[in-house]
Amino acid sequence: MAAQPAPLSFQDLILTLHAYWSRQGCVILQPYDMNVGAGTFHPATTLRALGPDAWNAAYVQPSRRPTDGRYGENPNRLQHYYQYQVIMKPSPPDLQDLYLGSLREIGIDPLLHDIRFVEDDWESPTLGAWGLGWEVWCDGMEVTQFTYFQQMGGYDCKPVAGELTYGLERLAMYIQGVDSVYDLRFNDAGVTYGDVFLENERQMSKWNFEIADTDKLFRWFKDAEAECQASIAADVPLAAFEQAILASHTFNLLQARGVISVQERASYMGRVRDMAKGSCAAWMQKNGWAA
Amino acid sequence: MTDFLLELLCEEMPARMQVKASDDLARLFAEALAGAGLKAERIDSFVTPRRLALIARGLPLETAAVSEEHKGPRTSAPAQALEGFLRKTGLRQDQLEDRDGVWFAVVEKPGRATADVLAQAIPAIVRAFPWPKSMRWGTASQTTESLRWVRPLQGIVALLGDMIVDVEVDDIRSGNVTRGHRFHHPDPVTIAGPDAYVDALRGARVIADHHERMAIIAAKAGEAAAAHGLTLVEDKGLVAENAGLTEWPVPLLGDFDPDFLEVPPEVIQLTLRTNQKYFVLRDASGKLAPAFVCTANIEAIDGGAAIVAGNRKVLAARLSDARFFWEQDKKTPLAEHAKKLERITFHEKLGTVADKVERVAKLARWLVDEGIVTDKKSLPFRGGVGVGTVDDVDAVPASLASPTPGPSPEGEGSRLADLAEQAARLCKADLVTEMVGEFPELQGIMGGYYARAQGLPDAVADAIRDHYKPVGQGDDVPTAPVTVAVSLADKLDTITQFFAIDLPPTGSKDPFALRRSALGVMSLIQSNGLRFSIRSAIVRMIFFRVIAEAHAPYDAIAQQIKDAGDKLAPTELLEELARSFSKTGIAIIKQAKPELLDKSWVILQSILDFFADRLKVQQREAGVRHDLIDAVFALGGEDDLVRLLARVKALQAFVETAEGANLLAGYKRAANILKKEGASPSTSVIPAPSSVIPAQAGTQGASRDSGEDGEMGSRLRGNDGDVGDAAHLGYDAEPAEVALIAALEEAEPRAKSAIAAEDFAGAMAALASLRAPIDAFFETVTVKDPDPAKRTARLALLARMRDAVHGVADFSRIEG
Repeated sequence: MAAQPAPLSFQDLILTLHAYWSRQGCVILQPYDMNVGAGTFHPATTLRALGPDAWNAAYVQPSRRPTDGRYGENPNRLQHYYQYQVIMKPSPPDLQDLYLGSLREIGIDPLLHDIRFVEDDWESPTLGAWGLGWEVWCDGMEVTQFTYFQQMGGYDCKPVAGELTYGLERLAMYIQGVDSVYDLRFNDAGVTYGDVFLENERQMSKWNFEIADTDKLFRWFKDAEAECQASIAADVPLAAFEQAILASHTFNLLQARGVISVQERASYMGRVRDMAKGSCAAWMQKNGWAA
Repeated sequence: MTDFLLELLCEEMPARMQVKASDDLARLFAEALAGAGLKAERIDSFVTPRRLALIARGLPLETAAVSEEHKGPRTSAPAQALEGFLRKTGLRQDQLEDRDGVWFAVVEKPGRATADVLAQAIPAIVRAFPWPKSMRWGTASQTTESLRWVRPLQGIVALLGDMIVDVEVDDIRSGNVTRGHRFHHPDPVTIAGPDAYVDALRGARVIADHHERMAIIAAKAGEAAAAHGLTLVEDKGLVAENAGLTEWPVPLLGDFDPDFLEVPPEVIQLTLRTNQKYFVLRDASGKLAPAFVCTANIEAIDGGAAIVAGNRKVLAARLSDARFFWEQDKKTPLAEHAKKLERITFHEKLGTVADKVERVAKLARWLVDEGIVTDKKSLPFRGGVGVGTVDDVDAVPASLASPTPGPSPEGEGSRLADLAEQAARLCKADLVTEMVGEFPELQGIMGGYYARAQGLPDAVADAIRDHYKPVGQGDDVPTAPVTVAVSLADKLDTITQFFAIDLPPTGSKDPFALRRSALGVMSLIQSNGLRFSIRSAIVRMIFFRVIAEAHAPYDAIAQQIKDAGDKLAPTELLEELARSFSKTGIAIIKQAKPELLDKSWVILQSILDFFADRLKVQQREAGVRHDLIDAVFALGGEDDLVRLLARVKALQAFVETAEGANLLAGYKRAANILKKEGASPSTSVIPAPSSVIPAQAGTQGASRDSGEDGEMGSRLRGNDGDVGDAAHLGYDAEPAEVALIAALEEAEPRAKSAIAAEDFAGAMAALASLRAPIDAFFETVTVKDPDPAKRTARLALLARMRDAVHGVADFSRIEG
């Protein structure tokens, strides 16, 4: 980074984005306190994408992908990493410019670096959601997913929300010019990303792949499913959606343990989708929104 | 006359949709003009990632005035009729004309301003634009009725000359202002008029013309490569894609660590091309060079150094992943990978890929065991039918042209069979490797690499690599025997299985690419001169299926077959199965699941019809006259493709000669007389025009069981055995009559033995000798003699001549 004498540390990258999106009128939220596979699962995105109300929010969301664990041995793959998530509803007319402004803010000059919007349609079968947009490339590297939500939980988004998902570790590695995620400067006081997370990756990879008790996991899945139905019946859709999140992560753990066959996989995904869609339907109903 | 500029500015459109969208815009615009009676002299189209534009040249300023005439009621008609007509036309009675007692309204429609036509047409075009996928956005998307576009539409420039055509679509109002390059010139750009458009954009660092951007990318990428002593691997699709991702393309060259070249080149190429959209380079010796060309969208302030550095880093990370996969995958023997195929569903009704592999392995082995696929050197028949000429067929000695070649020498054949089975068992193993998970298009190729790296025989590695071939027309057709066996078995299995669960291709839908598989089967057979009955191979596949459906393990059935004796009388399919296997096996299945046999017979018929149909399409596309194909197909009873095509080729060559044309004329005359006289249609031509297989039971069996002296031979003897034989005539025959009989006596056996030897050109030459006698016969002999005996005998003679000709092909199907 010739133009940036002092590239941002990992935490300054987050703080800079927070400050920037705060200036754009976003509510700055803290991470949702549950295990999710992506920032989109945060109710601030999934549920707020539904209905007519305006909503602008930004937050960091730790994302858990048990099958991506590599015991801390792969410089690019982690079972726990951070996404920076922005949602703006309705999507503002200058969302692309706002996004490019955030890149400038963190030290990426678009006259020095090649920024491209490359077609990438987004779909989440487990959320019954899809949208159109791009993966944003910086010098050939995907740094952000940019999506205009068209449907969520099987419902048309009215109005449409724009969603930005930055891969924070990648972006930081790029800005700092390091080859291993563990070498990232977490702050400017000598703490690295490895200091914070390497041991976590080792232990959690071991648990995800080897230790987690699959009988319990199967049971948790069933319990979450039952609790989700009960919550929908009791008209507490936010609680129901938490159970869908729980079931989704439990399913991911079962996958990592390699105990779900190809045929079963589709059926489990269908069950998670039913929970998510049921929660969305209950949420719509509770708010009195028509499909 | 003036020019009109339309530009639709939006957020980045997918590269793959741009050219089609540009064509659609021009077409819809021209149609809208035509609807108003306008036509542009020319329409120039432009497209970039952010804009669709066109300039319509030479538009009139207004549409032509039109005079419309409407016929009304008679002047004597009741008053209500006249009132209705006045309401409809909006005229008063004194404005109507009375022409011979009928009211006429003449309405003069003045020309419309072209600007008005455009203002009306453009919103309609925008709203109904045929995007493959479109979306809603922004505040307007409160309702699902809001404007849909491929990505948010941001602006409209509509200029007729220097005048803005006022248009509004949702909240977007037209004007004369657009935007330049996203980073180089984000400020507004005012367009003075259509002629100023391209240059105004160029000044704002936007090349409006897709083809100009393509030319720039191709030229500059080539120059960058040449500057480093390298050459660019030409890739038009990639040039177009990069032109669809940039408004100001700047190709830049970078390199990567040569150590990565230990990874197979296909992997590196795919990583560069598919993942990164980079051009691949070769060094002076033609080898993959450790370098790439990326196409930036900016003229970077540092000359591109940071961009190249960034791209190098991304590529290095990707290649590290690829190398990791390569090394990991190699560590596990393919046979171990293959075990995981049990977890992959082939099709929900067809079990797992492991099940498929099991079937393919058995069939591949059978193809070798039966001597159908052999080592090239010992192939009994290598006539290049399908690729060579008729002469190749002629050159084959009769003794070698046996329709059912014997198994190849024991040791060699069983080794080949072992290799074929081994390759088949491993051919899908790479589907579960990390590399193929990452790059599905490398299926087969990676398996080949892994097999070689693990020390498997080259023939096995080659077969794994190439067994998907040929993929479509123009692809290489395998010739190595192990590969041929596996490729053929895989395709025959796929076709049979999908037909068996009643999922054949229908209309334009062929989701499992069965037509391509069939074409692959035919190409393999033709290119390798494989002599076998497709029918028997398919019967065998169905047999496996029948066993599977009967839930009886193959080995158990095999044991029962050994234990039991032959007791039951076979039906048609049973007979077929029995020929392939053993009557006992069929008997056991018949006892277990009789209904499966009926179903199997239907499946067999439909698959063979499908092959016949595909073969006709293939031959027509290869330029063979469709009537000649029909003439040979009309014979039925043939599922040895090599022989069938040899016959078609010979026929095509023959009918193009003067002799052939004359014989055809004689034949037609004879056939016409027979038809007029109501003679029974030839019984030797089997009426199964759409099928490669005989509709008559036993035909195929007869010719196979008794070698060459089967159906064809008996056909040449004529229908009734003794008609047309001079010795049996009960009257004094005319000389020409005697001569024709003599000629037939001479030609029939010659044709017969030539056909038996698959010397179809020879058979036709023999038939050509009938031409002069038949001409003479028609000149001097009256067929419709009053004497019923003469008449009957002569008709029989003509029928004998016709039937002799039908030994080669059904000439009645030939045109001309």
